[in-house]
Amino acid sequence: MSQDGQNSETLDKLPLDEWHRAHGGRMVPFAGYEMPVQYEGIMAEHLWTRENAGLFDVSHMGQLLIHGRETDAALERLMPGDFRAAKDMKPKYSLLLDDDGGIIDDLMATRRGDDFYVVVNGATKHGDIEVMRSRLPGEVQVDYMKEQALLALQGPRAVDVLETIVPGVSELGFMQGGPFNWQGRSLWISRSGYTGEDGFEISVPGNSVAAVADAILANPLAKPIGLGARDSLRLEAGLPLYGHDLDRGTTPVMADLNFAINKRRRAEGGFAGAMRILAELENGPPQKRVGFEVEGRQPVREGALILDGEGNELGKITSGGFSPSLQRPIAMGYVATPFAEVGTALKLEQRGKLFDARVTAMPFVPHRYHRKGAA
Amino acid sequence: MSLYFTKEHEWIRVEGDTATVGISDHAQEALGDIVFAEVPDAGRTVAKGQEAAVVESVKAASDVYAPVSGEVIEGNQAVAEDPALVNSDPEGAGWFFRLKLANPSELEGLMDEAAYREWLKTL
Repeated sequence: MSQDGQNSETLDKLPLDEWHRAHGGRMVPFAGYEMPVQYEGIMAEHLWTRENAGLFDVSHMGQLLIHGRETDAALERLMPGDFRAAKDMKPKYSLLLDDDGGIIDDLMATRRGDDFYVVVNGATKHGDIEVMRSRLPGEVQVDYMKEQALLALQGPRAVDVLETIVPGVSELGFMQGGPFNWQGRSLWISRSGYTGEDGFEISVPGNSVAAVADAILANPLAKPIGLGARDSLRLEAGLPLYGHDLDRGTTPVMADLNFAINKRRRAEGGFAGAMRILAELENGPPQKRVGFEVEGRQPVREGALILDGEGNELGKITSGGFSPSLQRPIAMGYVATPFAEVGTALKLEQRGKLFDARVTAMPFVPHRYHRKGAA
Repeated sequence: MSLYFTKEHEWIRVEGDTATVGISDHAQEALGDIVFAEVPDAGRTVAKGQEAAVVESVKAASDVYAPVSGEVIEGNQAVAEDPALVNSDPEGAGWFFRLKLANPSELEGLMDEAAYREWLKTL
């Protein structure tokens, strides 16, 4: 039996490193850290999160505080988000862009007064900070909050678990955040996540994160969940993963993330790569990110080719795997736009074998966010 | 009957000139939840070290190699239909294929069970 090995570069430890090991986490290299890929098993952890509450350590992600003169306007030159109109404490999904519109990273940015709290991906955080510092005006500073840990509590029971520990969090609606206090410790909590479920992300000082994690796991509805299930959950939710489904070769329009560019920004432009991106909004992108349902049981993974009926290459699979909730293989990838229509029958090729697949609307598993007023 | 193991974590149980092949408990544990297994058809000839079956977990795809050369007598349809059998009973009902040994002397380089379990501790 063969398996691809992981290279063992110098790896940092997360504040919860010992905690993960004590809870039976199997540690693997990820984004420069040793991180738990699973505890009891990816399948069980995935299904637990869909039914109860899963606790994820995402402290590898970069938490930044960007502040200074007219931070909102300065950020608008790097990203297509509407930061000037951004309401206080409402996280917005946005994209850090190259001058040609390629995606440097995807992120969440939350206005806190005049400042912005920004969460970026772990593997890209140091590069992002460099890009921001070199491209933002001198009077805008980027502070890396490297002492902060980040937890995510996800699933339909997450609100029940967290409300008993931090009263008041159940008042938050989807994509709404705020400062909270737990036993004298400051927490920043938002109702957001990366699983398609209701849930929360909790920013906490690294020296307090084990106490918060213990308090959450004291509730039998909550279990620790590793990176493996985080990946299968986000794939079912149709959410792209940077470095796989998004990179400098893709634009927000190709990635089907048009919702991140509002009417004013489309009308005014003025962000990195605007010329190309506005043209793609107008005329359509050359390629588009789509979902696939794959026939049979065998997972089709990143790197597989997407072919038309005559065997012509149309694009590549960028994420794929077996869906624990649907008990079938699912995938996402980029195809030439004329083939991006839902229902289009295509072939996938992996290790010389052909698979029948059909373009499918995403998410594969419906989102269950807690939208206020939607009941 | 004798039981052997490879450094690629296959086991091979030999009865007369027939060998049953599967992956070890250590291997299924390392792979995690197995969601797909492809076994060879009867009649296929496999050479020692050649890919003979496929096993995929949620996380990764792996080949299962033929630990010895021979002709496949039977692929285990039970694991093709219920791949989780490889997790629950890897060294029993979760076998992958049986073959007729072409060259029994190929068994000589393989580890016995005690040697394999000892070797695992060094990994």
